Amino acid sequence: MKLPQVEYEAPTTVAEAVDLLAEHQDEASVLAGGQSLIPLLALRLARPAVLIDINGLGELSGISVTDGLVTIGAMTREYAAEESRTVADTVPLLAAALPLIGHEAIRSRGTIGGSLAHADPAAELPAVALALDAEFVVRSQSGDRVIPAKEWFEGYLTTLRRPDEILVEVRFPTAGPVTGAAFQEVARRHGDFAIVGLAVSLALTDGVISDARLAFSGIADVPVRAADAEDLLVGERPSPELFEEAARRATAGIDPPADLHGSSEYRKKVAATLVRRGLQAAADNAHERE
Amino acid sequence: MVDITVRVNGATHAGSVEPRMTLSDFLRDDLDLTGTHVGCEHGACGACTVIVDGRAVRSCLMLAVQAAGSEVTTIEGLAPEGTLGPLQQAMRDSHSFQCGFCTPGFVMQASAFLSAHPDAGEQEIREALSGNICRCTGYQSIIDGVLLAARRGREA
Repeated sequence: MKLPQVEYEAPTTVAEAVDLLAEHQDEASVLAGGQSLIPLLALRLARPAVLIDINGLGELSGISVTDGLVTIGAMTREYAAEESRTVADTVPLLAAALPLIGHEAIRSRGTIGGSLAHADPAAELPAVALALDAEFVVRSQSGDRVIPAKEWFEGYLTTLRRPDEILVEVRFPTAGPVTGAAFQEVARRHGDFAIVGLAVSLALTDGVISDARLAFSGIADVPVRAADAEDLLVGERPSPELFEEAARRATAGIDPPADLHGSSEYRKKVAATLVRRGLQAAADNAHERE
Repeated sequence: MVDITVRVNGATHAGSVEPRMTLSDFLRDDLDLTGTHVGCEHGACGACTVIVDGRAVRSCLMLAVQAAGSEVTTIEGLAPEGTLGPLQQAMRDSHSFQCGFCTPGFVMQASAFLSAHPDAGEQEIREALSGNICRCTGYQSIIDGVLLAARRGREA
């Protein structure tokens, strides 16, 4: 369908955008890459009175590294992060997930901040941010707030961002030297939303797992960490038996939704398979970096 | 209404658009470039794919106002003198068509992809075009056409 009538603002500075958000509050939607918001408008699932288009805010694009943190501006396009040497070297899990987002033409416009602010629980980036304990920096007229990923995702398409706040950047911790990562997903068609997805990061120290991070997409209304499996893995050496037990623990407490793409039981089975595959892929990836 | 100036297929166009008008509607309705097809109108089908500043985008997921100052290439821009471009010729030679509705999107996506990845193999091409898969079958001949274009490009 055609988009509904809507007022349009195109601020040229973040300060201006913040003032517009303060004025319009929840009557406004922030338009970044538009790859989720425009469909929501077309389908009348979102009916904002005002669009605040932040594509002109050059200050929100860019990738930088300081003090063990990789800071990615909210308007950084997904393709730019995908092509970034910095991201590949310092946040391998993010680098593994980016090529799986939608299709090439979607990543041309889609942004890192847009996907994380939209917070679709079936999308790749929310699982990555949760797995890595990323931090979200939001700005309003009263200043900046930093929100940890485990608080950011409140519910289906809902974050802790207040209507008067704009997401300005996301910070990811840089990975240690022997860190392997994998993003695994099962989708009916390459690029479609996954039936279940899994973000995995494993750090090895002298062949022993020193840090393990697993987060699922598509099994609840928010991305979900597999803390029990992480606890099991740390201090152990990678092995198929260990990964089998991790898959059991990671899926013991989950109750995925059922829809026409798969029953709850099917999703649970897929989730367990992804844990085994993802851990093996991450361990192989870590060995390559040793 | 917002006044915009956009470069489309090498020519400068000025227009006055409602903010809610998508780039696809601007191209079709205001510029009469009806080669860009509109299928699902929510970014799922890929039929409306055009090239903006060198990258393939869904023109139904971009507002016309956002294209102001950009360089847009549509399917018409691939055959400026009415002569098929090399990708189009290879796809014609391979009969890379079914009903044809999705074809402009496939061609634009393949064009952007081959420009960036001239050495791409079959698997990469399949993945690159996966976002254009519509609802009929017959994708094999489309892959064949793009592979033929890639091979001719390398041999040229």
